[in-house]
Amino acid sequence: MKETEVKKHRYGMVIDLDKCTGCGTCMVACASENNVTVRADESDKQRSIAWIQLYKINNGEKFPKTQTCFFPRPCMHCEEDGNGGHHPPCVSVCPATATTLDENTGIVSQIYTRCIGCRYCQAACPYHARYFNWWDGYSYFKPFPDGMERSLSPDVSPRMRGVVEKCTFCHHRLMRAKEIAHAQGRTEIEEGEYIPACAEACPAQAITFGDLNNPKHKVSELIKSPNAFRLLERLNTKPKVYYLSSKEWVRRLADNYLPGEPVRGIND
Amino acid sequence: MENQDHFPDKFTEKSASVKHFFYMLISYLRNLISNPMRSGLAYFVVGLIAALLVGWVLFPMALYSRNHQPVDFSHAIHTDPDIIDGIEGDTEAERCSYCHTFRDDGSFTGIPNLSKCMECHDDPESPLGETAEERDFLEEYVANLKEVPWYRYYEQPDCVYFSHIPHVKNGEIDCSACHGGHGSTDSLPVYEKNRISGYSINIWGKNISGRKTNTWDRMKMDDCAGCHTINSHEENNGCFVCHK
Ligand code: HEC
Ligand code: HEC
Ligand code: HEC
Ligand code: HEC
Ligand code: HEC
Repeated sequence: MKETEVKKHRYGMVIDLDKCTGCGTCMVACASENNVTVRADESDKQRSIAWIQLYKINNGEKFPKTQTCFFPRPCMHCEEDGNGGHHPPCVSVCPATATTLDENTGIVSQIYTRCIGCRYCQAACPYHARYFNWWDGYSYFKPFPDGMERSLSPDVSPRMRGVVEKCTFCHHRLMRAKEIAHAQGRTEIEEGEYIPACAEACPAQAITFGDLNNPKHKVSELIKSPNAFRLLERLNTKPKVYYLSSKEWVRRLADNYLPGEPVRGIND
Repeated sequence: MENQDHFPDKFTEKSASVKHFFYMLISYLRNLISNPMRSGLAYFVVGLIAALLVGWVLFPMALYSRNHQPVDFSHAIHTDPDIIDGIEGDTEAERCSYCHTFRDDGSFTGIPNLSKCMECHDDPESPLGETAEERDFLEEYVANLKEVPWYRYYEQPDCVYFSHIPHVKNGEIDCSACHGGHGSTDSLPVYEKNRISGYSINIWGKNISGRKTNTWDRMKMDDCAGCHTINSHEENNGCFVCHK
């Protein structure tokens, strides 16, 4: 493979839907880790921000055949198609270069101070992974009582009104892991030293995180499973978030299959 | 033949009009200069100088608020092994590390807190030197166990991620490459903060034309990235490396 030679790391995630209980711990952990804002009235979920969103899907059958499945959806961190073109959909449309695909980590960045709030990326993203700040959150002109900023994480800068934000695979945790490695005189970080907050918090251990380019990492093993699939595979966005499900109807829902068309796994 | 006749004709016509234009211009300028008051040149020059003064001197002065540090801490005294026992080391960085050091997880301790100062200035009643500065420091902060609210000259905007350990330990870059002579100053400079952006003047640089003669003159995005490029560390020029 040519890709592995040039690109050093490809951080990715495998979510085992058979293990997911839909408890929502990943969403809570993510929001508090990344200073995701809440509003005084959070009842209008249309405007809520959730870097990892939990969906509930069902097979559309009547009782007693009904089956449901919980479906956590972070940013997919789409990849180039390997031929030099076709960036992640959000990256290629951004008129301000506020979002890029990092060559060395494969993480799609989002620089809030650079963002002009046109929301083109939001429209381009097929996964609804991007959220717009309609109000000031914890930033300078905060609508919150004094002292609230003390509960924020200093590793993640708070967003201001009018910019788009999304999951970053907790990129600051990668930098922290690198700092520790530097202090111990290492240049590379080990597997498990860098995992996002959602993966760490998941009580069912449904989320596995690692370097897809490193065959020794567990994620590289898991994506070889016949149950592995990606969301909207045929768009060729090459997400680095993989799902595992033993149920065919779940895999069928993950892409727009025609009725009767056989479901194809990524490894077929 | 016809062409040749025609060509010089057109040429003289053109050069005559050019000549005419310059004649007009010179007489206009002569008029302007010979009677500057009536021609308005004097007012223009005075106005121009005033505008330049406002733009280049008054505005930059008004743009930055000036504050003195709460304590006039002397790096020269505190990094001199001849004056101070306990601070030793051959290289500069070793002496600095008495106060500015790394934790086990690689994070930088930054400006030391009061407990570090109190390793030596432990008794507010008995100063180590004779200066009034030290007496004030002891009375105000050590006696009340109050942290000194230092202004941070080099503080980067909130969205910037910077870590000392890759630079100091792996990159083996001297403190002075980025901080100049701050580690040997005897008296602290005035802290100037941009009233609009809230950033310290050390980020943008003191030269209003933006010229840079030393590596530490300013620390804007291009200065960080420039050094990474020179040192063949272009892999650190992705947006998310320095931003968070
Ligand atoms: C005795 C403790 C001590 C030692 C030793 C020491 N410093 Fe400091 N340093 C301080 C204190 C206190 C401050 C805060 C006041 C200031 O800004 O100078 C500071 C501030 C600084 C700052 C400015 C940070 C900012 O953003 O405002 C720099 C740069 C610095 N030191 C560099 C050095 C260097 C280089 C050395 C070694 C040559 C050194 N220091 C040794 C105590 C020390
Ligand atoms: C290793 C011991 C030591 C440490 C740690 C130390 N000091 Fe000092 N300091 C001294 C000594 C000794 C003097 C007296 C120097 C002299 O005047 O001869 C002094 C002098 C001073 C003075 C007066 C110097 C002047 O400019 O006239 C100030 C102010 C001061 N220290 C502040 C601090 C602060 C603030 C800290 C904490 C960041 C600190 N010191 C940490 C040993 C120390
Ligand atoms: C590559 C450039 C670079 C080098 C080399 C460097 N610094 Fe810094 N330093 C910075 C930047 C940039 C900041 C501002 C960091 C921030 O705001 O997050 C800073 C901040 C500081 C601060 C204030 C930190 C705080 O949290 O208040 C101190 C103290 C300091 N440096 C001391 C040192 C000392 C001592 C050395 C040498 C061992 C050194 N620096 C080497 C760039 C550098
Ligand atoms: C004087 C040169 C110089 C300047 C100025 C400089 N850097 Fe660096 N930086 C380096 C070098 C060299 C490395 C590579 C160190 C290594 O890993 O060997 C580096 C690495 C980094 C890294 C990678 C850390 C990691 O864990 O891999 C970050 C982040 C970084 N720099 C941020 C900054 C920022 C932000 C600034 C400006 C405020 C800055 N640098 C200014 C020389 C510089
Ligand atoms: C080598 C480190 C480095 C890299 C790489 C880097 N930046 Fe920066 N950036 C900085 C520093 C330091 C500042 C703050 C100083 C300044 O304003 O220049 C900054 C400031 C900014 C600002 C202004 C923010 C403010 O509040 O003033 C924007 C916008 C920005 N960067 C966007 C980007 C984008 C987009 C990329 C990727 C193409 C990028 N940066 C890559 C170091 C970096």
